Amino acid sequence: MTLLRTKGLSRHFDGLKAVDGVDFALDPGEIRAIIGPNGAGKSTFVSLLSGRIKPSAGQVFFEDRDVTGMPAHKRVRMGIAYTFQITNIYGAMTVLENIAIAAQNRLRPHLFSRKPVSEVEIARAATKAAQEVGLGDLLYETAGTLAYGHQRLLEVAMGLALQPKLLILDEPTQGLSDSEIENFQEVVRRVAQSATVLLIEHNMDVVMALADRITVLDNGRVLAEGSPGEIVHNDAVQAAYLGAPA
Amino acid sequence: MMDLAPYLLLAGLEGLVMASVLMLTALGLSLVFGVMRVVNVAHGEFYMLGAVGAWACAQFVPGHPALAFCVALVVAPLLVGVLAYLADWAILKRINYDPEGTIVSTIGMLYIIQQLTLMSFGPDARAVDAPFYYTIRTPWFGYSSYKLFTVVMALVLVAGLWVMLKRSKWGLVMRATQFDRETAQNFGIPVNRVYSIVFAIGAMLAAIGGVLVVPNQQAHYLMGGDPLLLSFVVVIVGGLGSIPGTIAAAILIGMSDGLLSVFFSPTAAKIFSTLLVAFVLVFKPEGLFGRSNRV
Amino acid sequence: MTLHNGKLLALCVVTVIVLFGLQFVLPPYLTLALTRILILSVFAMGYNMLMGYTGLLSLGHAMFFAAGLYAAGLSTYYWGVTLPVAFVLGIVGAFAVSLVIGLLALRTQAVSFMIVTLMFAQAGYLMTLQFTNITGGDQGLTLPTDARSFGLFGMVVDMTSDTARFNLALLIFTVVLAVLFAITQGPLGRLFVAVRENEPRTQMLGFDTYAIKLTAFTVSGTISGTAGALYGLMFGYIGSSFAGFQNSIEALLYTLIGGPGTLLGPLLGTAVMTMLIDRLSGITTAYLIVIGVLLIVVNLWFPKGILGTIRDRWLGWLK
Repeated sequence: MTLLRTKGLSRHFDGLKAVDGVDFALDPGEIRAIIGPNGAGKSTFVSLLSGRIKPSAGQVFFEDRDVTGMPAHKRVRMGIAYTFQITNIYGAMTVLENIAIAAQNRLRPHLFSRKPVSEVEIARAATKAAQEVGLGDLLYETAGTLAYGHQRLLEVAMGLALQPKLLILDEPTQGLSDSEIENFQEVVRRVAQSATVLLIEHNMDVVMALADRITVLDNGRVLAEGSPGEIVHNDAVQAAYLGAPA
Repeated sequence: MMDLAPYLLLAGLEGLVMASVLMLTALGLSLVFGVMRVVNVAHGEFYMLGAVGAWACAQFVPGHPALAFCVALVVAPLLVGVLAYLADWAILKRINYDPEGTIVSTIGMLYIIQQLTLMSFGPDARAVDAPFYYTIRTPWFGYSSYKLFTVVMALVLVAGLWVMLKRSKWGLVMRATQFDRETAQNFGIPVNRVYSIVFAIGAMLAAIGGVLVVPNQQAHYLMGGDPLLLSFVVVIVGGLGSIPGTIAAAILIGMSDGLLSVFFSPTAAKIFSTLLVAFVLVFKPEGLFGRSNRV
Repeated sequence: MTLHNGKLLALCVVTVIVLFGLQFVLPPYLTLALTRILILSVFAMGYNMLMGYTGLLSLGHAMFFAAGLYAAGLSTYYWGVTLPVAFVLGIVGAFAVSLVIGLLALRTQAVSFMIVTLMFAQAGYLMTLQFTNITGGDQGLTLPTDARSFGLFGMVVDMTSDTARFNLALLIFTVVLAVLFAITQGPLGRLFVAVRENEPRTQMLGFDTYAIKLTAFTVSGTISGTAGALYGLMFGYIGSSFAGFQNSIEALLYTLIGGPGTLLGPLLGTAVMTMLIDRLSGITTAYLIVIGVLLIVVNLWFPKGILGTIRDRWLGWLK
């Protein structure tokens, strides 16, 4: 069984084909990277998967269920978590509160729950997610005042607290220092033990170190797909992307 | 059925007069929203100040009422414009035109203007003489030529505004600011000045509406409520920020408001108007015949 | 259930005890003023639920206050139901109105939301005038004397007695305060604040934000309506002015002054403002000018209100 599959997925903006008939499949447990030149449609593609934007054509299946018409929040409930490319956190709240909102979605999914889960349990789950990304010491800091690298980690912790089946990370290492990237790779490897990871990434070192398989997008279409080794040696990819000086 | 014709003609004329004043007032609101993306709840008070200003001119300018009228037509809008410019500088600029904060602040301005007028002008309604009293004869009734003059004045002013917006350098600057504030700033357009001036022009249009209307309708410190509501109706039905939509809607609403009031009570007509605004915003936010221009 | 934010709970308990004690110290006319303050602060607390905690600025809460007022008042005036039943009917009426208006108004955002709530409220106000033969319009209706008292659990409560009124108002105030404490300091309140701080992010954490906002809207409207029902039944008068624009603005102002998004802010704001207006209306009839100036000044220089400023500077738990 595939975890996630798309069929002819397309999104057009005023004639511009940002995503153009993509067939894509993701197996449970893998770390998949999506790479491609700027404007290849990577962010649009994962936004279509998460339901943030609606497709012009095509379908999305999650665990063999057609989720194309499903609103974003329901997809999150099904297990698709998405972290934003531009850091998008609750700046005025503490780190713990930020993660608690995510944890609450899993522990207390309905607004008026018959069996209310205690605040202690929510706080415990949030603390655990914070520790997993290494923010355990910063629980009571105001999120907006954190260093950028920590804010990126907070994003991931919020994704983790949802305990998703699929975690989509949109450019997670952008703007991070080398040592932060190192730490980040550790976090992703740990996450991958329990969830499938779909990663949009510019930094090829990170991609090569993490990805089991790589999908290359160009002009909204799938240009190539394969193991890191295969992709590095693919002529079309080299011509379109890797050949260009970084 | 023969008897219906004069009624329809009268209702049509009254509707036309109403529509032309409404067009001026609503264009002010629409211009401010279009360029600045803010809603001015005190707009009706600027209209009221125009009317009260016309009354004051009638008191202090000796001689023929036409002279006082001409003075009022210049002085009242100018004073209101200065007041609006100052309000923009002192308040709206300082909250950085935050849309919600602007609404709260202009509600504050509404109360201040209204109460200051009550304290100075008093609670009574006061009449102002028309500049001339020539009556136009029709086979059934006589009709005030001043009312028709109002229509002509409004048309001239709207045409002037239109030319200014489309042809002059000033109009270009305003449209550039409306299109993209940041880029306009980068091109050296003094966006802050443009905002203050647009806010002032919006208020002046309302004030001119007030000056024009006051020979037909007495000046009163609470008279700003109805034009505010109707301007809202016009601007929202016509599509927020769309000038042609505003003009079309003003004619439609102005003409139908008279008819509605014939068949229903004024209160019922107002209930209809308020619900119309609410439902258009809920179900068709781009307006009934405006292009998409979301708040 | 474990206790969350114990300091705030303690402050609430102390506040209620002090309020209860005040009736033995204050002269009668101030006790009466305090009764009004308690009811109006319930109104503002309902408003704060939406504006302060959820970040949705309504300009039409008078419509919910009036829904409670008229549903309660008219049912006792025309059908002669007892006061407790009328009170419940008032709450039900406010609930129904806020649910329906919420379903519609929440399709819009920010400025549109403000205008839509304003217009619905204005339509409601105009309807109380249109149907003057039922509502009494501007003149209003005075409830008959025999509808001013009720028996409950063998006790007769007389609504013309200052003591009874004060303690009943305090009781309802305390119940509402307790309910709001439970909501705002728990998981549901966390979602309200999450929507206020960042709605798109909350959606991407798996929450139906429309449902969250509708919940906040309905709770808010129902509480404001509870205040309306209480006000009408307690003072035996219902009239159009309660549905008017100014009543909505006063709820906004009380909340702004006290501190939006703080549990006790509306009480403080209502107390400060009603005392101020009482003083001023002795001096000038144009006290509305003060409301105007305050709206501008608070918005310019003091947007967090009294308790909001204290929370941000010193006491983080004060929320």
